Amino acid sequence: MMASSYNAKEEDGHHSGASGPGSSTVKSRKPDNTAFKQQRLPAWQPILTAGTVLPAFFVIGLIFIPIGIGLYVTSNNIKEFEIDYTGIDMSSPCFNCSQSFSWNSSVPCKCSLAFSLDQPFESNVFMYYGLSNFYQNHRRYVKSRDDSQLNGDSFSLTNPSKECEPYRTSENKPIAPCGAIANSLFNDTLELFYIDPNGTRTPIPLIKKGIAWWTDKHVKFRNPGGNNSNLTAIFQGTSKPVNWRKPVYELDTDPENNGFINEDFIVWMRTAALPTFRKLYRIIQKKNNMTPTLPRGNYTLEVTYNYPVRSFEGRKRMILSTISWMGGKNPFLGIAYITVGSVCFFLGVVLLIIHHKYGNRNNSSDIPN
Amino acid sequence: MTIPKEIPEKWFPIVLPLKRKTRGLKGSPKLKRGAEEERKVKANDREYNEKFQYASNCIMTSKYNIITFLPVNLFEQFQEVANTYFLFLLILQLIPQISSLSWFTTIVPLVLVLSITAVKDATDDYFRHKSDNQVNNRQSQVLINGVLQKEKWMNVRVGDIIKLENNQFVAADLLLLSSSEPHGLCYIETAELDGETNMKVRQSLSVTSELGDPNNLAQFNGEVVCEPPNNKLDRFCGTLYWRDCKYGLNNQNMLLRGCVLRNTESCYGLVIFAGPDTKLMQNSGRTKFKRTSIDRLMNTLVLWIFGFLVCMGVILAVGTAVWEREVGALFQSYLPWDPPVDNFLVSAFLSFWSYVIILNTVVPISLYVSVEVIRLGHSYFINWDRRMFCNRSNTPAEARTTTLNEELGQVEYIFSDKTGTLTQNIMTFNKCSINGHAYGEVIDTPRGQTKKVEPLDFSAWNPLADRDFSFYDHTLLEAVKLGEPAVHEFFRVLCLCHTAMSEEKSEGELVYKAQSPDEGALVTAARNFGFVFRSRTPSTVTVQELGRPVTYTLLAILDFNNIRKRMSVIVRNPEGRIRLYCKGADTVLFERLHPCNQDLMNITSDHLNEYAGDGLRTLALAYRDLSEEQWEEWAERYRGADRAEDCREDRLAAAYEEIEQDMMLLGATAIEDKLQEGVPETIAILTLANIKIWVLTGDKQETAVNIGYSCKMLTDDMTEVFIVNGHTVQSVREELRRARERMMESARSRDGGKEVESQGWGEACSFGNGFGTGDAANWTQPKEKSSAPPTAPPTSILESISGEFALVISGHSLAHALEADMEREFLDTACACKAVICCRVTPLQKALVVELVKRHKKAVTLAIGDGANDVSMIKTAHIGVGISGQEGIQAVLASDYSFSQFRFLQRLLLVHGRWSYLRMCRFLCYFFYKNFAFTMVHFWFGFFCGFSAQTVYDQYFITLYNIVYTSLPVLAMGIFDQDVPEQRSLEYPKLYEPGQLNLLFNKREFFICIAQGIYTSVVLFFVPYGVLSQATQSNGTPLADYQTFAVTTATALVIVVSVQIALDTGYWTAINHFFVWGSLGAYFTILFTMHSSVLFNIFPKQFHFLGSAHNTLSQPVVWLTIALATVICIAPVLAFRFLKLDLKPQLSDTVRYTQLVRQKKRKPGGRAGRGLGGAGSSGGGALGRLGRGGSRRSGYAFAHQEGFGELITSGKNMRLSSLALATFASRHSASWIDTLRKKKHAQNAQNTPPAATGDSSPAPSIAPPLSTSSSLTGPQDTTPEESRQASLDAAPSNGLGDVPLSLMKSPEAESGGCSLGAVQEALFGWRGVGARISGASSPGPPPIAEESSNAV
Repeated sequence: MMASSYNAKEEDGHHSGASGPGSSTVKSRKPDNTAFKQQRLPAWQPILTAGTVLPAFFVIGLIFIPIGIGLYVTSNNIKEFEIDYTGIDMSSPCFNCSQSFSWNSSVPCKCSLAFSLDQPFESNVFMYYGLSNFYQNHRRYVKSRDDSQLNGDSFSLTNPSKECEPYRTSENKPIAPCGAIANSLFNDTLELFYIDPNGTRTPIPLIKKGIAWWTDKHVKFRNPGGNNSNLTAIFQGTSKPVNWRKPVYELDTDPENNGFINEDFIVWMRTAALPTFRKLYRIIQKKNNMTPTLPRGNYTLEVTYNYPVRSFEGRKRMILSTISWMGGKNPFLGIAYITVGSVCFFLGVVLLIIHHKYGNRNNSSDIPN
Repeated sequence: MTIPKEIPEKWFPIVLPLKRKTRGLKGSPKLKRGAEEERKVKANDREYNEKFQYASNCIMTSKYNIITFLPVNLFEQFQEVANTYFLFLLILQLIPQISSLSWFTTIVPLVLVLSITAVKDATDDYFRHKSDNQVNNRQSQVLINGVLQKEKWMNVRVGDIIKLENNQFVAADLLLLSSSEPHGLCYIETAELDGETNMKVRQSLSVTSELGDPNNLAQFNGEVVCEPPNNKLDRFCGTLYWRDCKYGLNNQNMLLRGCVLRNTESCYGLVIFAGPDTKLMQNSGRTKFKRTSIDRLMNTLVLWIFGFLVCMGVILAVGTAVWEREVGALFQSYLPWDPPVDNFLVSAFLSFWSYVIILNTVVPISLYVSVEVIRLGHSYFINWDRRMFCNRSNTPAEARTTTLNEELGQVEYIFSDKTGTLTQNIMTFNKCSINGHAYGEVIDTPRGQTKKVEPLDFSAWNPLADRDFSFYDHTLLEAVKLGEPAVHEFFRVLCLCHTAMSEEKSEGELVYKAQSPDEGALVTAARNFGFVFRSRTPSTVTVQELGRPVTYTLLAILDFNNIRKRMSVIVRNPEGRIRLYCKGADTVLFERLHPCNQDLMNITSDHLNEYAGDGLRTLALAYRDLSEEQWEEWAERYRGADRAEDCREDRLAAAYEEIEQDMMLLGATAIEDKLQEGVPETIAILTLANIKIWVLTGDKQETAVNIGYSCKMLTDDMTEVFIVNGHTVQSVREELRRARERMMESARSRDGGKEVESQGWGEACSFGNGFGTGDAANWTQPKEKSSAPPTAPPTSILESISGEFALVISGHSLAHALEADMEREFLDTACACKAVICCRVTPLQKALVVELVKRHKKAVTLAIGDGANDVSMIKTAHIGVGISGQEGIQAVLASDYSFSQFRFLQRLLLVHGRWSYLRMCRFLCYFFYKNFAFTMVHFWFGFFCGFSAQTVYDQYFITLYNIVYTSLPVLAMGIFDQDVPEQRSLEYPKLYEPGQLNLLFNKREFFICIAQGIYTSVVLFFVPYGVLSQATQSNGTPLADYQTFAVTTATALVIVVSVQIALDTGYWTAINHFFVWGSLGAYFTILFTMHSSVLFNIFPKQFHFLGSAHNTLSQPVVWLTIALATVICIAPVLAFRFLKLDLKPQLSDTVRYTQLVRQKKRKPGGRAGRGLGGAGSSGGGALGRLGRGGSRRSGYAFAHQEGFGELITSGKNMRLSSLALATFASRHSASWIDTLRKKKHAQNAQNTPPAATGDSSPAPSIAPPLSTSSSLTGPQDTTPEESRQASLDAAPSNGLGDVPLSLMKSPEAESGGCSLGAVQEALFGWRGVGARISGASSPGPPPIAEESSNAV
């Protein structure tokens, strides 16, 4: 609306047209006869009739229930083993280790937990560590990183983002990698041994590569200095994160898995959405078709216990799991599908009954006026 | 955004100073108004006038220029609460401790919104600049240093003398100095100012009018001292000091900007007010900003949402406090508190603001913009509607405001003007009854066929016939040709007894200027039947009777007035016979007939009944022969009465009464007040749509009732039509009470069940009335106590019995009924009636009635009108509609919608309004839903992320969700959706009801939407939560990382809301398809782009979601999750909607269903439609004709005001040309000259103006100006000097009562017009002098003027 109702042009009113020189050819102001302007665009006008809604419910039900059953069965076929090694209980082997709250105890505390698998784990087995009550999704935590630095930007290496505070500098040297996420890198070491029925401990080979997203490993995370393999020199002048025992360039001996592109580091840096989460730790590759990857029997989990969680009532777990086409064990999805499918089907039936009993089937003839 | 528009009003005091700066050096008039107490202007003295710093004539309606645009516009926009709120959020986001979102999530939408609004403002302003320039650069002739120079309007200064020529716009408010016409008269058209198209006369002071030529004017150095600029169009007060003399100035001397000079060669004026000080500009006040009820509801809801937002913020802040204390404090080894935070409370405080930021999307910034866009779209559809385009006037409908569209779907009361709105204000001579023989009745065929009958061709035998006149009954023409005396006499009455003027531009091309269209129609009818009224002088009427020119001497005009309801003329024909011709309402005329007319009277009466039944306006005609003695005797008495100082009116009336006796009936005429096309049908349909129509008209009761019948508002099926006509408070109250009692009676008799309630009400009624008899002061107090509770039931009862009654109330009764203590009573009664007609109401009363209904009924009102007198009502009502292309454009300028035919109203309301309302409601429901679904996910997530205000989604998603991903489909729905096709909404007017009852969007619907939104958000959060917390990718990587979760939820959200809009959309055009699919496509495209390595490599910090889209969406689990969430969200909605549709279908659903099934039976609707058609056609009238025609008989065809007779006899309003013609004609009429000579001895021929012959009458200067009604031709006994003095005396005294330029057409104003006549009459005396002067100064008319003087 205009501020003022006065419009100088309107002062002319309709006289201007009449007195104008070319008034003989008065242009018709009749609006165009287009479907758009006359609001007659061809249109599909759906309506919720019994003929469309009821079948929709049945169809949803009939699709969802089989999917749900499939998912449920698949999920049930997946083998999963989980062991809590936090060491809350006095009886727990890791109790002693868990008592030390500090990051930097000079002697690593080791503990070993024995467990047994009732069923053999076929195909590849994935080994996870799980943390509970750990708020990787806290806003301040999530943003406390510098992606430029992690991407190998040399400027950011020495000038980490302000987001990294208070883990931006240490002893007047920039921290690489900076930020709270990197600082709290999970640093327990987990080793798995198979105890033969005859008592021999066979270490199970754990593959530590291929656990991170491809894009993370190859695009997002890069060591500074390009292909220069001398990481030590590149990280010269930076400081290791406060809680770390060793600098970033000593995370691994494999140059393809060292520095920022260390996969354990990358996995950690991909923050979890929920306070209880698991992260892929190692992969146990299937050896051959003949023997299961993890045969049933007794195992020992050797833990180098570095990561204190008791201070905030956190828990640490080790999980072994096989995998299917749809990923790991996930009973929720199957159950949810079956439930929703059934409810839809049931709803369809109820609606059908209601429609037949009370429905307004002859509603075409009783338009009141 | 709505808001910037209304800023000027809301922030008036703040914005204005800024605007003043832009307005130029002179500053604003408003600033000065305080200072300027009087204005002094010296003619031709620019230096002197410079001192006062008066505003120049340059007008600036634009607000910005190129430099000021950005700051001023931004300043204005940020005065809008919503914009400021988002600015505030933006600032919050810049605080690192609070910032939960990047700054751009707010700034992008904000900038978008601001720039859209800015572009719109800029375009508006550009056009204003353009029109300003056009006006400012108009040329005018300014007298500078004695030479006329062309100057642009903007360079005209106060104190300049400018010359205006015919048909030019007046450039500024001028004091008229002189004119080319005699007596310094000039004619103006004031349509732009007040909408009245009739010409008005302005006159300069006699002293200045003598300054004919530029040289004299250049010497003119008078000083005007006058009132400061104001907006009163009808008033001016000032004094001219010149040559040591004082001359009073009033409005009669002023030419106001915006007027057009007409019929005047040229004139000179002194600029008094220029540019922004002119009355036109002072009147163009800021338009009152109208808001729709949806707007108000929306604002309330937005406030509620804010409250809700704060609540959630508080809950989450408390959560933060608890979490930080219980968990966060312990977790510090991994996540230390930020430095300023030293305890959980500070953290909670910060968290509150953080949550305010991320939850702000519940009140999306795009809401207002989207609403505006939708309304704009709807406005365009109105503008584009071909079915609301009038071919004849070449005017399309126009939505002048774009903010009210959806309210068109909620109208409950329509207030309509009559003349020009319901009727065309065209009268056609339709039928007549002459000497007991009815003519014009074409053999009873349905109306559709009559049109095919060829109208009579008059031009063959009558070259003077008016081609536009059509009559179908050839028997009448034959009767004329056969020379039946009664028929001849009949037409003689018509061509003699009237006050019309004729103008003959070229030979045979006559134009009649009649006071009322009825009169014009009658005179035209006579013209076509061979009795051509050619010209008149004050004392003669020249008629061409069947080709033979005849001049009658006009002895007296016995003028019309409301009480007399008739007018007569007394003429002497060339043979010397004196006859009185009378026309008037049959009721009064029949009483004054000679007894021998009884038989004829009965027959005519039957005819009249018939005509009245057809809704025609009737007049009876009669004559009476007078002998010379009778005439002389009566003339004497008449002069006595006229001269009387006390009770002059009454005495005159008595004198008139005396002579209008024993008349012989000639017959009756029937005039059709042509309704606009389709009016009865429109009214019928609107009534079916439960819209109540009130007619508010300035017309007389009879006319109004007549129109009420002809447009089927009143029908004979009605139980009763109450007429409230009382003049006192008591009587009005009594009449209203009686009306309600009658209604109660009928209700009781019909419905015994409600006995108890109605009894109660009856008591309340009588109780109330008990006080009514007491004095008014007593009345109000007890009423508050007692009648407040009992009023509730009566209204409901009254409403339940409505449908059979009608109320007609007149203006003076309305004045009482609108008083505070009676308005409730009046309203209850009126609302119980099916039709309400208020007649003789003033413009102010129109507005008051609208205001009353608006205030008490909480209903949406619509006012429709065409004239300036409807402006107040149009402005008051929720929606104002102006009829364009008839009278001026004042009503259109004040209106919100304009079109040229009343019948378009049904389309505007039932089609456009209904759709707008429906679309807006659906839009709002969906909009709130989608934003709650979107935002509330953050709330749930808060419980899992330590209440840290972490967002669930990527920040880009948050930025784009409202402006890209979900905006277009809902906009398309808001603009294009249709539930039923347009023809169905006209077919089933009941479809309109949901809007009136406000069913589609109200607080309940809002909560349902919100609940649905919250439900969706729960599903959208917890389903991914349940699935993803455990799920892993097929390569073993867990899916529960934050980015995967974000992508999954966002995708699910976009899909769910898209499915929801798909469900909501009822009309899938290609555009809808494009937008819905396009939005989904855009979402995925943008998602993959944002997560691509290309963008990441450029801005690694900004696009850290690298690869998430690919990694997430390639997982079947994610898609299963999304499908699950979608089904869980949509299935209940689907089931619910289906049940609603199946068990309790709305009418629209049914209609839609019917449409779908293509059952073309449409029995009920079709019948209704046909029924309507039938009612509209003549068939419906048959009942009425038989039933109650008598009650409507009084619809006589007189619509003009009294006082014109005297104007004619005084000769004041005669243009020179017509006078000349008359004199020319008179030369050939020997008898006329004889008559003249007979009378001449009494007169001083030299001083008597040519037109003034006949008996002497008292000098008009003696008579008080307001009551002059002398109708005898009056020569002046007084000398020119005297009468000039009289004019000067009369002029100032007229100032108050004289309202010719006012916006009102009230009776007061009419009497003002009458007094103008008196002034003119007073001025008349020195016409001769003036003629001589004008003869000297201007070359145009003098020959004729001289001729006229010679003729004497």
